[in-house]
Amino acid sequence: MTAAQPAYTTNEIMTVAAARLLKNGAVCFVGIGLPSTAANLARLTHAPDIVLIYESGPIGAKPPVLPLSIGDGNLAETADTVVSTPEIFRYWLQGGRVDVGFLGAAQIDRFANINTTVIGDYKRPATRLPGAGGAPEIASCASEVVLLLKQSARAFVKKLDFVTSVGHLDGGDARKRLGLPGKGPVAVVTDLCLMEPDPSSKELTVTHLHPGITREEVTKATGWEIRFAGTLTETPAPTSIELETLRDLERRTKLAHGNVVATST
Amino acid sequence: MCRTDSSEFPMAEIITLREAVAALVRDGDTVAMEGFTHLIPFAAGHEVIRQRRKQLTLVRLTPDVIYDQLIGAGCAKKLIFSWGGNPGVGSLHRLRDAVERDWPAPLEIQEHGHGDLSNAYVSGAANLPFAVIRAYAGSDLPNHNDKIKFIECPFTGETLAAVPAINPDVTIIHAQKADRKGNVLLWGILGVQKEAVLAAKKAIVTVEEIVDDLKAWPNACILPAWTLAAVCCVPGGAFPSYAHGYYERDNRFYQAWDAISREREIFQNWIKTHILNTLDFSEFRRVLAESAAVSVRQ
Repeated sequence: MTAAQPAYTTNEIMTVAAARLLKNGAVCFVGIGLPSTAANLARLTHAPDIVLIYESGPIGAKPPVLPLSIGDGNLAETADTVVSTPEIFRYWLQGGRVDVGFLGAAQIDRFANINTTVIGDYKRPATRLPGAGGAPEIASCASEVVLLLKQSARAFVKKLDFVTSVGHLDGGDARKRLGLPGKGPVAVVTDLCLMEPDPSSKELTVTHLHPGITREEVTKATGWEIRFAGTLTETPAPTSIELETLRDLERRTKLAHGNVVATST
Repeated sequence: MCRTDSSEFPMAEIITLREAVAALVRDGDTVAMEGFTHLIPFAAGHEVIRQRRKQLTLVRLTPDVIYDQLIGAGCAKKLIFSWGGNPGVGSLHRLRDAVERDWPAPLEIQEHGHGDLSNAYVSGAANLPFAVIRAYAGSDLPNHNDKIKFIECPFTGETLAAVPAINPDVTIIHAQKADRKGNVLLWGILGVQKEAVLAAKKAIVTVEEIVDDLKAWPNACILPAWTLAAVCCVPGGAFPSYAHGYYERDNRFYQAWDAISREREIFQNWIKTHILNTLDFSEFRRVLAESAAVSVRQ
């Protein structure tokens, strides 16, 4: 029973691989852009009872098309409830009610610490990025964190220009020593592979390669000497249902928002 | 319809936005204009630019296009914020030009996360000196913002982050409705508007409409007239953001802003034509519609 593999883009397999990590019924704190696309794909495929929380206040959002901003009206209209922003952070995130924080980043290091603040010096930045948003608190308090970003040596760096949100800091039991309540990053999904922290050192280790991707490609797109697991698994290719659902969602989104494309922010 | 008839009850003054900004916003003030993507008080932001306020300390979780305009127009000396981008589009070019190249003036920044900044308003509203959150252990933010400190819980010994309360001189928000006494009702995504109003010394609210009866349900988000200094009727005053139940976000404007704000000269011309040379927000909308029509014809 071998059906012809549907063709897909690297962006699509990244989104699909991330969506698969979300369990049905999980309470998921969603960042805008790619994480929001993947979380909604999960909701429309294998996880219909997933609870999506956006930092602007909607809890249990079920947007019919992808929101462009973190506070679009369709999030409020479809939510189980909408609370204030301080309440989202105090009662729901810090209160320990979030299973998974689903975030993007501009830069990441080998211990999955992330930078969304500046490239270059803080006072004289080469590039000023948007900043923290809710990420430091999400990275601290969500039970687990999943990170999504495209892989390149510019993004996967030896040393971050700025640690905005803490992953596993300098590895080992650093989070425990810092008193951070959540487990921190449990997976990093890129357009090439899936990485997971080593159980003891917490250094990111490639455990899955996406179909057709080589170790050399991953090594070249990483700014440090990336480790590979002893046994590498191939990410299952997107199913036709996953691809159709994702493409339909993106088509409807484009139609609803005109020419504006939901970019990562 | 907007009417400004008086009443014998104590209430917020129902006045024009021009009068409110003239009377209540001063050079050098700390000003918060809040609204989390939804109900952003753009009309009020324009009026502050039009009246050429200077040296403001601007506070806002998400500076958005509204503060990009104020910063580029030279109204700000300091920005207190937690996420500075053009949502769904990319960078805020005027904010970046100010931070990266001191244009049109150096901009001091005090940077937070949403959790701590939103709770700094809560503490401001509660008249407490600081807010406590569980975050920032291991982060570089406290190294660059001396307002984020660590304290020890006197009961458990746990180390927690603390930030000072925010008490703006003036908070400005946009809401859906006010009644004739100036009681204000808002709904949908509420952000930190209520907290920012109650934390402020004075508050201005622009609304879509003024009605006889708010017809609000118990527990609705109401700001009583006596907590506000001024209420101004400015239909469409959140454009290009949205007002739930009234109009949707104009995503095309947010995208167009990327090109308008990228170059200093284009930005300056835009501000001059659309804000400085217009009388008020309705004239701004008229001029904007005309320039959009011209660009379609070209």
